[in-house]
Amino acid sequence: MANLSPGDKAVPFELPGVDDRRHALSDYADKEALAVVFTCNHCPYARAWEDRLIDIQADYAGRGVQLIAISANDAKKYPDDSFPRMKERSEEKGFNFPYLYDESQEIARAYGAERTPEIFLFDRDGTLRYHGTVDDNYDDPAAVRSHYFIDALQAILGGRELTTTETTPVGCTIKWQ
Amino acid sequence: MRVSFLYYEECPSHDLALERLHEVMAEEGISREVEVIKVETEDRARELRFVGSPTIRVDGQDIEPPSDSRYVLTCRAYRLEDDRISPLPSKDMIRRALRSVAKSRPG
Repeated sequence: MANLSPGDKAVPFELPGVDDRRHALSDYADKEALAVVFTCNHCPYARAWEDRLIDIQADYAGRGVQLIAISANDAKKYPDDSFPRMKERSEEKGFNFPYLYDESQEIARAYGAERTPEIFLFDRDGTLRYHGTVDDNYDDPAAVRSHYFIDALQAILGGRELTTTETTPVGCTIKWQ
Repeated sequence: MRVSFLYYEECPSHDLALERLHEVMAEEGISREVEVIKVETEDRARELRFVGSPTIRVDGQDIEPPSDSRYVLTCRAYRLEDDRISPLPSKDMIRRALRSVAKSRPG
């Protein structure tokens, strides 16, 4: 169970990114919607949804939407999730959003994230409006029927109530130290 | 023909993968039992040479022999025919492995 429920405020963070800069939640205070996405390199679910997240960032950047990806996995047990490998992955895939490393796992614990990927979507006031998965089909983007994340984004941008505020995150478990 | 299905419970796709395996076997007219093995510890993962969930072996041979031989409790990434990454092997991948073993058997 996540520690945050719809209606809760975002937990502040400041973490190093693959661009060698530090990124704080407050850096993105002017965004209409901010999605904090717990993810990682090695998990096939995270990788299956990667391109869709890149597309969403590209499609919605002009409307004030920002995605921030955070990896918190224990890199000792899962070397593919180390910070250098995160840099490589970001470069290979052309991530168009910050990819941050939560080495101490404090932020993942504060959010109560459990899976990769797992989305916490906040509105302009920093209030959690949607928590859960990207959509209902990790295996085949062409077969998606429910676009939970996009629907939530559109509702926030359109000033509407969300029809779905929580779904069950589907993916690998976060690898705790 | 011996078909084994190894999985790690924390990876959510194992039931779907097993269903897919049964479907392909039925389509190929193979009525063997599938040996289902739940991998629960790192020691067991090493012992079984388990590179991730789900793993399907036909006569002991992995349907998609892994390039990485780290034996660990993790979810497995399959690169599909169209180059996408998926937590599930495709039906074609399973079918090719079953046919290849069937073809190589005498008689």
